[in-house]
Amino acid sequence: MTLADAEHFVRDPDWTWYILFYFFFAGLSGGSYFLASLMRLNGNKLDAPAVRIGYYVAFFMLLPCPVLLTLDLGKPLRFWHMLVNTTPGDVGVSFKYWSPMSVGAWALVVYGGFATVSFLEAWARGRGRSVRLMEGFLGKLWAIVGGLLALFIAGYTGVLLSVSNQPVWSDTWALGGLFLASGLSGSAALLAWLVHRRRDGQASAVALGRSERFFPLLELALIGIFVATLIPAGTLGQAFGFPWFLLWAVAFIGLLPGLAGMARPRVTTDSTGAAVATRSGMLVVAAFIVLIGVLALRAAVIFSVQ
Amino acid sequence: MVDITPGKAYGFFTDTSVCIGCKACEVACKEWNQLPGNEPVFGDGYDNTGSLDAQNWRHVQFHDNVPDTAAGAGQGKAWLMMSDVCKHCKNASCLEVCPTGAIIRTEFDTVFIQPDVCNGCRDCIAACPYGVIEMDEKSKVAQKCTLCYDRLQGGMEPACAKACPTQSIQFGPVIELRERAQKRLETLHSQGVDEARLYGADDSVYGGLNAFFLLMDEPERYKLPNAENAVLPSRNNAKGYLTTLVTGALAVLGGLIALRRRRAEPVAATSEGVTDDAS
Repeated sequence: MTLADAEHFVRDPDWTWYILFYFFFAGLSGGSYFLASLMRLNGNKLDAPAVRIGYYVAFFMLLPCPVLLTLDLGKPLRFWHMLVNTTPGDVGVSFKYWSPMSVGAWALVVYGGFATVSFLEAWARGRGRSVRLMEGFLGKLWAIVGGLLALFIAGYTGVLLSVSNQPVWSDTWALGGLFLASGLSGSAALLAWLVHRRRDGQASAVALGRSERFFPLLELALIGIFVATLIPAGTLGQAFGFPWFLLWAVAFIGLLPGLAGMARPRVTTDSTGAAVATRSGMLVVAAFIVLIGVLALRAAVIFSVQ
Repeated sequence: MVDITPGKAYGFFTDTSVCIGCKACEVACKEWNQLPGNEPVFGDGYDNTGSLDAQNWRHVQFHDNVPDTAAGAGQGKAWLMMSDVCKHCKNASCLEVCPTGAIIRTEFDTVFIQPDVCNGCRDCIAACPYGVIEMDEKSKVAQKCTLCYDRLQGGMEPACAKACPTQSIQFGPVIELRERAQKRLETLHSQGVDEARLYGADDSVYGGLNAFFLLMDEPERYKLPNAENAVLPSRNNAKGYLTTLVTGALAVLGGLIALRRRRAEPVAATSEGVTDDAS
């Protein structure tokens, strides 16, 4: 494809505020669940409080998602048509692996089950109760499958946009990865702050802070790929033109705390992994800036096209 | 009178070279399908319909921004007019992405949105490359031309084709329409109308359009993507998921490194500033 070659005569789908906030909460829920599962699979008992917090955040961030998606429909009471085909003579399960919206609807249902069970498990463990069923192999398997689903939930929203004929969205294939990296950045910053507030969470806060430096780097690289894919299509100006560059500026500012290490607690650990020092009071500010950036990135992508 | 038999592919051949812009097709469509229509749009030109949408399933495009002077002696420059409609693509983008199964291919090989199945997710609107589909404000579901599905079931041709006074809109079996279109093209070319061309009559655009056109200019002039740009949404599925997968793999790697490096981190702490602000 040559420069400015892409032709778009498509109509706007009017995916606006409900979808923006769904993408935002889905990214944070999926990112938090993934990070919690990763810490759980890593097996360090010092991370237990952070794992619980991660599953709490994943669950509570997931709660608004089905509500937002349902309200966005023209016919909200037909939300279940996403899962069941009601065509006369062809009634049955509705699943199209080639339609990200269809796959996403099913993934959200299954992920909802995982997030709920993990939340209940975390809640029980937080009250000192043992959950034998979720220990050992089954617990690890649950964390692996749930973690993979969480990655999907955080990233498929970008693929959903790309699998269209809209300018910008369909001119790139980087949005899935970009939304995933952005969701992980926000989740790591949010969890680092929440975990850091707990005396027994300092060790995890260190790791989360470090990962919060890696994910923005990943996000930055994917923004670069996003830009590179839009240039041949000639739609770069539409994505980054006025006033959208203001949102992109906010999104870039949202990367700074992570890249500059602001979200990383100044905590060091002794040989047992216990935290012994901290001098960071900026975590809440950093988390706020990162989360606003996560929202701005999605807003820039969604609204610049419509 | 066209014999309409389920199992055969039917469609429109819209010959823009004989369209006079009378809008009889628009009126007939609204009349039959009980579409009240929108407020007229008055812009710079004579097109007061605006675009195809939930209320306008036929839209006569007026391309009147042509030079006032004739191109040559006896060659008055004509406006371009075209009665646009859903193309009922063989490989339909809307049908491809629809998550509910509301969009189906009928027994007449047309693309139909079932209003009682559609839940108004609008994925089809994001996908249709021709901007045909829109959410209806009243019914709250996606709407577009049905190629008069109800009339076909009753053995009647679509209302727009029936009303067209110049046979610019011709209805019939797609195979026959293609033959007719090819002959018309040859006639025009033999008369020196070299700019005439067919759009969607072969499989170069979405596998072939059941509603195809004879155009008098480049497809882009009529807001139709050329063959190179007539691409399906699913083209981004594999690359989109692959990018997500690679990002996910890097996230696992980065997360594990962050967790493992903490273990190896040397003890460098004093008791200064310990944990009061962390509790």
